[in-house]
Amino acid sequence: MTTRWFGARVQRAEDDRLLRGRGRFTDDIDEGALESVLVRSPYAHARINSIDVSAARAMSGVVAVYTAQDLPFGGTDLPILIPHPNLTHGRTQRCLASEVVRYAGEAVVFVVAESRAIAEDAAELVEVDYEPLPVVITPETAARAEHLVHDDVPGNVAAEMVQEKGNVAAALESAPRRKHFHFRYERGAASPMEARAVWARWSDGERKLTVYDSTQSPTSIRGGLAVLFGLPESQVDVIAPDVGGGFGPKIMLFYPDELLVPYAAMQLGRPVKWTEDRQEHFTAVNQERGQVHEVDVGYDDGGRVLAFDDDFIHDGGAYTPYGIILPIITAGQLPGPYRVPNYRVRFRDMYTNATPTSPYRGAGRPHACFVMERTLDAIAADVGIDRAEVRRRNLIQPDEFPYDVGVGWQDGNTVVYDSGNYPKLLETALEKLGPKPAGENVGMGLGMYVEGTGVGPYEGAHVQVLVSGKVVAATGIPSQGQAHATVWAQVVADELGVDVRDVEITSGDTRRFPWGVGTFASRGAVTAGNAMHVAARMVAEKAKKIAADAVLSNPVRYAFGGGTEAATQFTPKARPGPPLADGEEPGLEATGYFSPAGSAWASGCHAAWLRVDPKTYRLEILKYVVVHDCGKVINPMVVEGQIEGGVAQGIGGAFYERLAYDSDGQLRNASFMEFLMPYATEIPKIDIEHIETPSPLNPLGVKGVGEAGVIPVGAVIGSGIEDALGIPITEMPLSPLRLYELSTSASTSTSTR
Amino acid sequence: MKVNGFAHPAPSDPRRLLSDHLRHDLGLTGTHVGCEHGVCGCCTVLLDGAPVRSCLMLAVQAEGHDVTTIEGLAPGGSQLHPVQQAFHECHGLQCGFCTPGFVMSVVGLLAQHPHPTEEQVDEGIAGNLCRCTGYASIRRAVTRAAVLLAPLTPDPSPLGGEGANPADRSSSGGEGAGTSP
Repeated sequence: MTTRWFGARVQRAEDDRLLRGRGRFTDDIDEGALESVLVRSPYAHARINSIDVSAARAMSGVVAVYTAQDLPFGGTDLPILIPHPNLTHGRTQRCLASEVVRYAGEAVVFVVAESRAIAEDAAELVEVDYEPLPVVITPETAARAEHLVHDDVPGNVAAEMVQEKGNVAAALESAPRRKHFHFRYERGAASPMEARAVWARWSDGERKLTVYDSTQSPTSIRGGLAVLFGLPESQVDVIAPDVGGGFGPKIMLFYPDELLVPYAAMQLGRPVKWTEDRQEHFTAVNQERGQVHEVDVGYDDGGRVLAFDDDFIHDGGAYTPYGIILPIITAGQLPGPYRVPNYRVRFRDMYTNATPTSPYRGAGRPHACFVMERTLDAIAADVGIDRAEVRRRNLIQPDEFPYDVGVGWQDGNTVVYDSGNYPKLLETALEKLGPKPAGENVGMGLGMYVEGTGVGPYEGAHVQVLVSGKVVAATGIPSQGQAHATVWAQVVADELGVDVRDVEITSGDTRRFPWGVGTFASRGAVTAGNAMHVAARMVAEKAKKIAADAVLSNPVRYAFGGGTEAATQFTPKARPGPPLADGEEPGLEATGYFSPAGSAWASGCHAAWLRVDPKTYRLEILKYVVVHDCGKVINPMVVEGQIEGGVAQGIGGAFYERLAYDSDGQLRNASFMEFLMPYATEIPKIDIEHIETPSPLNPLGVKGVGEAGVIPVGAVIGSGIEDALGIPITEMPLSPLRLYELSTSASTSTSTR
Repeated sequence: MKVNGFAHPAPSDPRRLLSDHLRHDLGLTGTHVGCEHGVCGCCTVLLDGAPVRSCLMLAVQAEGHDVTTIEGLAPGGSQLHPVQQAFHECHGLQCGFCTPGFVMSVVGLLAQHPHPTEEQVDEGIAGNLCRCTGYASIRRAVTRAAVLLAPLTPDPSPLGGEGANPADRSSSGGEGAGTSP
């Protein structure tokens, strides 16, 4: 393969229309669609005594009002997407609640009208008689089980899992030093700039359902809708058009609207659309990150970890539609890039009366990283070595790969790191960080991570050379800004020897490619990228064979790129037999798939100098360094964008954003006025260096990078603030107010000692 | 009111927001709505050349004014406006949802400060939220746009300022530039 485009800073193919305002996001599609609104529960936990929709139905301009009773699938529990044997008490909500609501924001009634304004006015007329029930809002109160989220789930425990490598009890017992820690990480919200939206049309003539959905998985939505409505998959098209950011929550399916909008369109014979508003997005869309960890660690006098015992509870929310993948990832990734010879991890996935949880960029990892990195900082302090040295002494070495961590992974296999060079990440980051800046209250933050990326089962791609000589290619997974149309084109252009601008990519449109899983878990480049490579190579081989047959030549003689020889189907063949030999197909096209044998493990080290104002507790990040390894880099410009965006999201989650739930389960800050996503003024310049350790598990040697930027940021900010202020940081998120409280209580406890 | 140079009648509903009017009555869906409470800046348009949040204005308030939306910057598929071009060169967008609002804010910013300092850049874009880029590439895009615009705007500095060399217009934007490998 002659690599020309792979690795280059190719500018994005998708920019032009987005910059001109010609993007096509779901809410941009209208075509005379009826508009709809969901009536949602204002209570975090309540029994529904009655629902009266008569006034809403009677309102002029209202076309339909649906309660659970009005739906043929109203009595069916929505699916558990990823079942697991340890998920002994999995529970999912119904499309519309009719008996009990278990989080504020749960959908109860669906109103369809001639306009959004009419639908909203009609929703106000819906009378629901709620009888409030006791609310369980934190994972700690869930674990105390004084009240139950589900009557039939004892202890509020959806799942429990214990894994052990080595003999932790014995190793802790014999360890020269031992410490206990309590760590708490709160929920966060992905908050993509485009909230969710769905548009659907039923064509009676074609018997065809067309759905536009701001989803990360159109192929799965299509499969589910086909089953629900009794249609062959060929009669259901699902398209994720331009999607305004995903970051995880849009991989969740089915949100109630994803069933209700297509159903209403089929029932009413008119297109129907639903667009979420920002306030409802805060509670209607899945969140993540709430965990509480109890850690016992044993280590030697040199700071080497001998045993690590973690018992944590995970805030699962009111239902478990996404299974228990989050705590499984946390458990699997907790050891990070370090040798932990004896490791035991137990988790319980707890029901709470809050919005359900499913992956949000990082997916179980930022909290895992926080726990391990904060523990290492404490070990360093205890044995009297610096923070870099404690990591140096515990890192897995480059000659130890593949490295078996010894616990289970999300794909059902065990966690096995495929490749990496962790010491190089650390040393490069320290070098780039440079000496401590002058000034008071300056601290160093340091955090390392690994990330299992590119999980299977597979993705596919179709590549076709058009009669014009241009190339089109398609894959099932959609883009939410990751530049798929550019990076896949680079991969395909290299195989076919064409200009990258001559390759047009379609992603996330089941009309063009019906199979696939979705864009999540930093898997696009690994799965779909390699599928593109496989399919393009098949096309190249086919072209060589056709050319050889046609002009009496040896196929190996044909190199791609710059050639001018051409052949048509009427060119005499060099070999005997029919023009299309057995097993041959016409057309320069091929469909290829890639299914990884295991995850490709990316890794990195973040280091920062930061300053905290001792009076206002304002955080100032003086320098932030990222050294990361995502294997072979397809497009450094795109990768840097992913890292920079991830770090910013991490900084937001660490110090500015907090979901302020009260004890009644009400989210008190469900607006951008109060949930403080950072602006440019809060985000520093990020200094990035790429280190490339190719993955041996895929032909392109790539590893995922979508989530990498966010993973260690909480650990880095916590570490830096602790170093700057000298107060122990064991929780996330922080804020100026929280730092004031921690500083005050720390000085109080010191003075009373 | 005029929208992108063309006169349009006011909407019949006096409660219609300018953002909804642009999107749903005029079909100018390039103006996006991210929060509808004036924080995210996705819906930013120019009113008589100055950036405003179209979700915080009634359409009738735009009567007698010139509204410019993202569609009006490079009409009819003509060459990208220098700010749009700079965003492209510097990878200043990922999902593209916040982008029209940022571009309009930056057009307004550079009209006010043709040669912005780093602080003016941060302040100028600090009314717009982006969840994808982490702002680094947007900052680079603003600086690049100032260079691209410099030959087109009067220069207050006798020495020419940072973007006075017209050759800069055709040169590529540093790190983010070039389609060729």
